[in-house]
Amino acid sequence: MADLRADFVGIKSPNPFWLASAPPTDKEYNVRRAFQAGWGGVVWKTLGAEGPPVVNVNGPRYGVVYGADRRVLGINNIELITDRPLEVNLREIKSVKRDYPDRALIISLMVPCDEDSWRTILKQIEDTGADGVELNFGCPHGMSERGMGSAVGQVPEYIEMVTRWVKQYSRMPCIVKLTPNVTDVRKPAEAAKRGGADAVSLINTINSITSVDLDLFAPQPTIDGKGAHGGYCGPAVKPIALNMVAEIARSAETRGLPISGIGGVTTWRDAAEFMALGAGNVQVCTAAMTYGFKVVQEMISGLRDYLDSHQMQLSDLIGRAVPNVTDWNQLNLNYVTKAVIDQDACIKCGRCYAACEDTSHQAIAMKPGRVFEVIEEECVACNLCLDVCPIEDCITMRELAPGETDKRTGLPRGGYANWTTHPNNPLARAAE
Amino acid sequence: MTQAKLTPGVVPGRLMQADYAVNFADVAPPLDRHAAQVAADRCYFCHDAPCITACPTGIDIPLFIRQISTGTPDAAALTIFHQNILGGMCARVCPTENLCEGACVRMEAEGQPVEIGALQRYATDGMIDAPHPFLRGAPTGKRVAVVGAGPAGLAAAHRLAAKGHEVVIFEAREKAGGLNEYGIASYKTVDGFAQAEVDWLLSIGGIQLRTGQCLGQQITLDQLRADFDAVFLAMGLGGVNALRADGEDRDNIRDAVDFIRDLRQAEDLAALPIGRDVVVIGGGMTAVDAAVQARLLGAETVTIVYRRGQDRMAASRHEQEHATSSGVRIICNAAPVAVHGNDAVAEVEFCYTQDGPGGLVQTENRFRLKADQLFRAIGQRLEGAPQALALEDGKIAVTGAGRSSVPGVWAGGDCATGGDDLTVTAVAEGRDAAEDIDEVLRGDG
Repeated sequence: MADLRADFVGIKSPNPFWLASAPPTDKEYNVRRAFQAGWGGVVWKTLGAEGPPVVNVNGPRYGVVYGADRRVLGINNIELITDRPLEVNLREIKSVKRDYPDRALIISLMVPCDEDSWRTILKQIEDTGADGVELNFGCPHGMSERGMGSAVGQVPEYIEMVTRWVKQYSRMPCIVKLTPNVTDVRKPAEAAKRGGADAVSLINTINSITSVDLDLFAPQPTIDGKGAHGGYCGPAVKPIALNMVAEIARSAETRGLPISGIGGVTTWRDAAEFMALGAGNVQVCTAAMTYGFKVVQEMISGLRDYLDSHQMQLSDLIGRAVPNVTDWNQLNLNYVTKAVIDQDACIKCGRCYAACEDTSHQAIAMKPGRVFEVIEEECVACNLCLDVCPIEDCITMRELAPGETDKRTGLPRGGYANWTTHPNNPLARAAE
Repeated sequence: MTQAKLTPGVVPGRLMQADYAVNFADVAPPLDRHAAQVAADRCYFCHDAPCITACPTGIDIPLFIRQISTGTPDAAALTIFHQNILGGMCARVCPTENLCEGACVRMEAEGQPVEIGALQRYATDGMIDAPHPFLRGAPTGKRVAVVGAGPAGLAAAHRLAAKGHEVVIFEAREKAGGLNEYGIASYKTVDGFAQAEVDWLLSIGGIQLRTGQCLGQQITLDQLRADFDAVFLAMGLGGVNALRADGEDRDNIRDAVDFIRDLRQAEDLAALPIGRDVVVIGGGMTAVDAAVQARLLGAETVTIVYRRGQDRMAASRHEQEHATSSGVRIICNAAPVAVHGNDAVAEVEFCYTQDGPGGLVQTENRFRLKADQLFRAIGQRLEGAPQALALEDGKIAVTGAGRSSVPGVWAGGDCATGGDDLTVTAVAEGRDAAEDIDEVLRGDG
């Protein structure tokens, strides 16, 4: 049976599933329940500097986007960092860590952007016995207006400066949490690396308005008739997160920098995908907020099953897909596929036809008896038909054998060739 | 169990008073908003959807379901009513397993269709108490007579009124609704829905309802043709087929349609007499409705006997299952040969049948069923059709959108040829005849 024990920048945990810094990790009671449920690690909800804690709104904090049957696809929140006194948090952290020495306990931090503030808090964290710190440079609401959170994370120079202070005043591993609310996530990652970060974690939440109340004409969640943008997370943001993780994993400047993957991890499969793109572990929030802490049990059994069935160790999975993430201009333009509809599996809903006929390439024929057939002469292999088909594996893409004629172009399938050498590319010179 | 339950003969009050309300409650309670959302989420919004093709009235089912799922059930209701003004009743009585739901692609995917009937009811229920949603067109000055206030007549009248014509409906009975009011099991349309639907439909205006007007008695086709610009005949099937079995004239033998009518009109179900051992002969919806309701009134044994195989029964599979799950026994391939007893029926004698090359063959293999009440449900036939009309297979012959052999006279619903004898088919025929009448009256037809 595959060993799921993980070692992330020297922080050991019995499995690679951590709870992200968020409402589920705000206090001892929740964190103990999480550890009892089997979570490998917890990133304690962000602590601020000593003094009167921040206050939260007293109306709704969350907005939600639903899929079919009210399945939660995305949650946006306007909650701030912990609103409990620092000393209470520190006491609780110490207590939990003492009882769960085998679990990872990382403390998320966000204090004003001056050296003293960071030096002070780091000392206090070290005294708790926690395993490391995560720098919250990501929160997109509330704190950013006070010059913290994503206000720091959007300025690479600030990231580098603060990271340097943290490494200077603490021996603890330092994870820098990145905001996705930037144009190029590699820049803040590079800054973190320059500052000496042990790892980056991403993504934090995305600036968002989840919905508008069409009676109140106000964004939701609505506080006394007004709404502010919040941070979006959950399954809906996973594709954005995967891309950002991959960009950092494959960039020459940041290659090898450990990554803790965050963003819509809901099942073992999501976790495996993040890890294949270079994440050493994953952090979860929305899935736990939707279903409770027990979801980790499916993640553990699923990942173990997958590794066993593929005869892989956890370390074999991490980064395994990174070499296959490339730029568009490297894609093989002579790779030709055609959609194939399995008539026995087809339930004759016609969604493939509607999608292709109305919005694509008119490459599906609707024949008497609601028989849908691919017209290979027209099929560009976009695979929209497959995407909208409600039946798994009813439509598949068949790869043309080398030399086989593509009925659309009339040309035989050739060997590898990409845009950089394509005759239509005015910049193509490589072949000459 | 009350003692009355075991009393032999045909007696009222077999059950405790409270049991009647329970037994005759809504057989398929409406979906609430949440259940409707869950059900609506299952629709694939198929291209050129098979369910639309399978609906005799051609309701755009994927569209109305999408309108439900986006929180606009009233818009969904309008989508339904545009095609089928009696969409509320059809949602309750359509054999959906043979129509829209039978064609649902989810049947092929997992054998569980989208609950189209229940969703249609969800959408239409919300509008029955709302103001009538359709406006009448500019007055045309034309007058159309509609004979029969059943589904076909009502659908035609509504469409004609919407087009701006003045309509008079002549109905033989005391109330409008036809089989919706008189011929459908009570548990399918509870709380006076049939009359509420009629009232709502008529509230478009321009439709005068005259009850107690039977064609051939109070009114004649010649007179209607003289007084109106067009006539639409939709009087249904007034006659009932006979068993042609010896002893059919004994007491406690009734037409199932009369039993169903009396039950629907009863103020107090406990006052309705019912046998202890009831036999129903026939294989259609009427047989099932009579048999199940006999059970619900407290009959100890109820048996449906049908002369052909079960797969030939006109009652849908769902209806058959409803009967058997209600405690009704179904015997197939058996035909009545004699009714035994003194004054009243005591036993019914059957012979088993076989399908032969020349049709159904009676065998010598016989059996008897104890019966103190016998219901005939072997089909209805047209009665009293005006002489001038050409008939075909015992019904008014029509071509196209219900044109009869007499100019200016259209016919639809059960009394006319074409289509199954279903509520939804009658609605489609009434609607289409109205469109055709409108074109002719405007001089376009």
